[in-house]
Amino acid sequence: MPMKAITLPFVVLIAGWVVDSALAAESIDFQRDVRPILADNCYKCHGPDAATRKGKLRLDTRAEALKGGRSKQPAIVPGKPKVSELMGRVESTEETEIMPPPKSGKKLSPQQIETLRRWIATGADYPQHWALVPPVRPALPKVRDAGWVRTPIDAFILARLEREGLKPSPQASKETLLRRLSLDLTGLPPSPEQIDAFLNDASPKAYENAVEKLLASPHYGERWARHWLDAARYADSDGFEKDKPRQVWMYRDWVVSAFNRDLPYDRFIIEQFAGDLLPNPTQDQLVATGFLRNSMINEEGGIDPEQFRMEAMFDRMDALGKSVLGLTIQCVQCHDHKYDPLRQEDYYRLFAYLNDTDEANIAVYTLDEQKKRADIFRGIREIEQDLKHRTPDWREKLAAWEARVRDDRTEWSVVRAANAGDNSQRYVYHDDGSLTAWGYAPTKWSSQFVGKTDRKRITGIRLETLTDANLPLGGPGRSPLGLFALSEITVEVADAKTPEKWTRVKLASATADFGNEEKALEPMFDDRSGKKRSTGPVAFAIDGKDDTAWGIDAGPGRRNVDRKAVFVLEKPLDMPDGAVLKFHVKQMHGGWNSDDNQNNNLGRFRFSVTSTDHPIADPLPRGVRAIFMRPPDSRTPAQVDAVFSYWRTTVPEWKEANDRIEALWKQHPTGGAQLTIASRRKHRTTFILKRGDFLKPDREVTPGVPTAMNPLSIRVEPSRLGLAKWLVSRQSPTAARAIVNRVWQAYFGTGLVSTSEDLGTQGEPPSHPELLDWLAVEFMDSGWSFKHLHRSIVASATYQQSSKTTPELLRKDPMNRLLARAPRFRVEGEVVRDIALAASGLLNPKVGGPPVYPPAPDFLFNPPVSYGPKTWTEEKAENRYRRALYTFRFRSVPYPVLTNFDTPNGDASCVRRARSNTPLQALTTLNETLFLECARSLARKTLADGGPNDAERVTLAFRRCTGRKPSPREREVLLAFLTKQIERFSAPGAKPWDLAADDPAHPPKLPSGVSPAQGAAWTALARLLLNLDETITKE
Amino acid sequence: MTLSPTGHPDRLVARRWFLKQCGVGLGAIGLADLLGATASAAKEDPLAPRKPHFAPKAKNVIFLFMAGGPSHLELFDNKPGLAKWDGKLPPPHLLDGYRAAFINPNSKFLGPKFKFARHGQSGAELSELLPHLATVADDLCIVKSMTTDAFNHAPAQIFLSTGAQQFGRPSLGAWTLYGLGSESRDLPGFVVFSTGGKGPSGGNSNWGSGFLPTVYQGTQFRTGGEPVLYLANPRGVDRSLQKDTLDGLSALDQMRLDEVGDPEIATRINSFERAFRMQATAPDVMDIAKEPKHILDMYGAEPGKPSFANTCLLARRLVEKGVRFVEIFHESWDQHGNLVGDLKKNCKNTDQASAALIKDLKRLGLLDSTLVVWGGEFGRTPMVQGGSDGRDHHPNCFTMWLAGGGVKPGITLGESDEFGFNVTADKVHVHDLNATILHLLGFNHTRLTYRFQGRDFRLTDVHGNVVNKVLA
Repeated sequence: MPMKAITLPFVVLIAGWVVDSALAAESIDFQRDVRPILADNCYKCHGPDAATRKGKLRLDTRAEALKGGRSKQPAIVPGKPKVSELMGRVESTEETEIMPPPKSGKKLSPQQIETLRRWIATGADYPQHWALVPPVRPALPKVRDAGWVRTPIDAFILARLEREGLKPSPQASKETLLRRLSLDLTGLPPSPEQIDAFLNDASPKAYENAVEKLLASPHYGERWARHWLDAARYADSDGFEKDKPRQVWMYRDWVVSAFNRDLPYDRFIIEQFAGDLLPNPTQDQLVATGFLRNSMINEEGGIDPEQFRMEAMFDRMDALGKSVLGLTIQCVQCHDHKYDPLRQEDYYRLFAYLNDTDEANIAVYTLDEQKKRADIFRGIREIEQDLKHRTPDWREKLAAWEARVRDDRTEWSVVRAANAGDNSQRYVYHDDGSLTAWGYAPTKWSSQFVGKTDRKRITGIRLETLTDANLPLGGPGRSPLGLFALSEITVEVADAKTPEKWTRVKLASATADFGNEEKALEPMFDDRSGKKRSTGPVAFAIDGKDDTAWGIDAGPGRRNVDRKAVFVLEKPLDMPDGAVLKFHVKQMHGGWNSDDNQNNNLGRFRFSVTSTDHPIADPLPRGVRAIFMRPPDSRTPAQVDAVFSYWRTTVPEWKEANDRIEALWKQHPTGGAQLTIASRRKHRTTFILKRGDFLKPDREVTPGVPTAMNPLSIRVEPSRLGLAKWLVSRQSPTAARAIVNRVWQAYFGTGLVSTSEDLGTQGEPPSHPELLDWLAVEFMDSGWSFKHLHRSIVASATYQQSSKTTPELLRKDPMNRLLARAPRFRVEGEVVRDIALAASGLLNPKVGGPPVYPPAPDFLFNPPVSYGPKTWTEEKAENRYRRALYTFRFRSVPYPVLTNFDTPNGDASCVRRARSNTPLQALTTLNETLFLECARSLARKTLADGGPNDAERVTLAFRRCTGRKPSPREREVLLAFLTKQIERFSAPGAKPWDLAADDPAHPPKLPSGVSPAQGAAWTALARLLLNLDETITKE
Repeated sequence: MTLSPTGHPDRLVARRWFLKQCGVGLGAIGLADLLGATASAAKEDPLAPRKPHFAPKAKNVIFLFMAGGPSHLELFDNKPGLAKWDGKLPPPHLLDGYRAAFINPNSKFLGPKFKFARHGQSGAELSELLPHLATVADDLCIVKSMTTDAFNHAPAQIFLSTGAQQFGRPSLGAWTLYGLGSESRDLPGFVVFSTGGKGPSGGNSNWGSGFLPTVYQGTQFRTGGEPVLYLANPRGVDRSLQKDTLDGLSALDQMRLDEVGDPEIATRINSFERAFRMQATAPDVMDIAKEPKHILDMYGAEPGKPSFANTCLLARRLVEKGVRFVEIFHESWDQHGNLVGDLKKNCKNTDQASAALIKDLKRLGLLDSTLVVWGGEFGRTPMVQGGSDGRDHHPNCFTMWLAGGGVKPGITLGESDEFGFNVTADKVHVHDLNATILHLLGFNHTRLTYRFQGRDFRLTDVHGNVVNKVLA
């Protein structure tokens, strides 16, 4: 068709502009010139994928191509294009002979055929793709203008510029440089005072000192954490329909802190992939694994949760590929990769490392809380030591007590019960007969479970509620605190021979190892009924009332433990043929909104029956019973202490000490939660999934790394920890390149490899391959130090160039890939907002903590815009003006100000943001509430400390926004605008407070002598300044 | 992107820039256009109107997304045979490999709850719940043989919207904008409404741009209040002050442009000017009180009272202004229970306006160039859920309808088995539907691609066949 003919010159044109032109170059480069032709046109049938290979011919390896396929005729004879079958085929005019076959819709151009011919004629070399060969430090290129070169970076940049006949730009002004540095390193603009200090610092170290000051700022971590959080697909909610809030901000703060303390990148990755497997992991190292948990969670009704666990696994793999490997691995989820030498088996072997995990949710504490906890535990230990000290024969007494109670137990038979109610909440069935609820969580409902028992006599029923890593805070319940409320339990029985004939069994009494004192249900479970509901002792579960429930809230620090309740039958059942039991579990203590975290359901639980008369719930914890099973002389000191800690509570003489310990527990901080990853106790097998379908497991695979990449060191652990170390091994061909490329991208707008998510064969070749390798090796040699990398980049003459451009430069290098000038681009969404906050003086610089809720239109968080109603309580105090990093991120309803400026919403890993320029952005900065508040604040600030006259004030306000002084012409425009607006707001009937006050009924104090009309006019001026292109641009 | 509006070298630069910026693959769309008459526009704006692969039938799309999964068995797919099976268990072979959301698949059949009759010259069979749609039966192309891959709301909605169950892919509207650009300078090219009881399960990913540039994502409009976020001037700022502000901004930005030469500044100036125009245009186009009473009545629209009817009328007004793609999400069709009552209510809320939209477009001569699509993410089980008044999600077989935009009017395509459980003839997979919609817009769906992560992605993945039988 006509289009095709026109296409060709363009291929050349583009290639010539992005990289060295294939045809202009003297020699043929396999990776650059030949491989793309083979990959696009041949590999589909003659590539690595054995399943789609035709004629047994492979063209992706030299050996195979020389051997030929079924025909045994060499496809390629090095040096001899004429006798190479490949050439014969691509040049054929016969429809049955020509390659690629016409039905593929592909056709080689004469230039492409010529390229192949020259490649074969010169020996048909197949050097490996550059991205799969580990980088080595390249020699510095020779340049003519050596005086311009300040750092090795400059040599690489200049060499290329000189090749292209271009010259670098002059150095930018000091004002521009400081603002650029400040935005790049901290994401905040410099204050006029900082600018003055820098301008007045004539020392040769002024620049270096400014860099060090910025790198030492806590805002440095915030800035660079944001880049990583894109790759880590960070968000504060689950995604999908429910999109419930989740607690993961500790992970976000960990990333900020990691950058601030310059945690080496290899360590940074190891902790995120396997912090839990490090020896004696700290809370921080557990929190770091939150990286793997930033996947979305689907709790929509009617789903199979395993399907979405697998979706989350695929997401983790995608994040691993984009963020660490810098390679596309998604494609091999379903089939062998057409182009890259990655195979489907490689994918699932990597997958196997991550698959054998639990999706944990652990209690976490701030530093203050951690200190408090340490104090409490020390206090308890001291009291216990004192008890031991005062009771020299405590060991004998303990042994006597143990002898008394150790056989004091009832025989129970587990009833393997299965869900017999509706299919809304789903269950994992465990080997021990217990069930763990997952998926959709109804909030007020009845569930039924049915199971058989062989017991011929039943006197009592036991319900154990068990901890499980996959439950909130480890369970045993599904509420956000890992608790549950059992409103009512009733039981029906049927003879095993007539299983459909149910008879209600009357439960006469109940005991439990724990029940909290009666208390009103927490407000988080509000069901909008207005009815009083409560939790309390286990008797509440059989009192026939739905509004009272058995609750097990033992307070912070002791909530998340196994519990048990025993229900005694009024009359023992005699079932000579065995029985089928149906347990009706009523859970009416959840809240009104099943689209929020309001369930109060059982998490993991198990039913048992006994034949013993008058059974009661064993008061001893399971853990203590387990220690009893060990001979006393083989117990560890910790085990002895655990038994002691329980035993002392049973000793009446120690009431005073026990009370003191109870009082200490009461001080235990509540803490927060964090999603983390944890290794499973029970191994989960991984299979290759046919076409990536979790319902179609194929062959089993063991953990392993792709064969085409650096081998696994024999010294590393065979676990996820080994994977983590492999990812950032010194031998990794892509780890360092991928991350330095993205750091480069953050500075210069485009990476040295523009496709920063894919350095592989389908990605673009680097604009400066040697520079990329130099940076990667330098980064590793510095101990993977980000701060070192930043210093290297910002010290370069390349970085310090002016960003002014000319029509000639635009013509020669429109995308500025050659860097004959510094980049100039609009800053990221977060920075757009932070600049307004900082320039106006409103910014609250507090670092870290829970996410905040700045102003946003209410309707966004309610139907029909949102699926379910969401809570967005607008901040009225100091949290209103926090950095955008801390804004709560709902995946399904992303914060619109940020979305309008291309901020990703965390659905998937993102290592390269779009940068658009739209009318919606203009509307946002002109009209949004917070930007308006910034304008008012900037106006007041300018009026208060801007100097004696309007000209000076304009200068100050302009500097706060752009970092430089306005030119006389610029000032003229602004002063004219101001004059006109003062007139406008002084006119009869004008309402200056409408604009100048956040709340016109309560206008703010203006500096003395300033009229409301001036206040309004200055607000209008400040608003204009905040909307300048330059204000939201890094120059 | 470049300063000089004409001149050979600049045009080349612009083309290269456009190819890079928009990632338009060779042989894909855009190229033909770049070489054609509108090249100079394309370099300035990724939303500039572009020509597709071949002459399109449809220029605009109005997608009525009936989220939740409307029951085909009560609305379009008449199954008298199912009535005879009411209360009986399905034949076991039917359930082989079948996964259900809430119910045990082996649940009893539930007979259809409403009567059907034939309408128009075409004799299209419609339920008594759709009396208004019946009056435009001869304009409809009813597809009774739809099938999809997912049976939970969020994944199935995302699948219908983006051709993938995973989040992060561009939506049909975004692909359309990417391919065709926007005719409207003062309004977003892809406008989204939500009019049901709640928002769609898939959230904003239903209208996201995925890996396409973000300018192609849908913009949410509201039927009441401020139609676009941040559209209204803040308190104390009137049109005159806003004008002064933009003049000042433009003057200063222009000075900076002269100083530093970055063409992106010109784009910013242009963005502010378009924003200013949108502030005037959008409220005007959203003011349905300007419509004559008989038009309001035809839709059942009442100015000031947000409704599906008002929104259909707005969709027509937006299309008139050159908005490329309007999508209305009406999430209310998830009848696990209260099937009879809720369907009556839903049809009362949507039937009249859906039919009015077709009549109105036709009246204005816009139906030929505007494709109207009606449907949800899946259908509902012939098996009962709960007592006798509910149905579960069902992906194997459901109904959608199309009208206008080059679709053959007055036909019913496809058949299902006697239970409405499986498709038995002319199966139309979601990928086929998307391929067909793109075809109507003038695209070969296999060639409308975008290179991301080393792969040429497309709306239909590696699937999809144009359903030739529905083409006029």
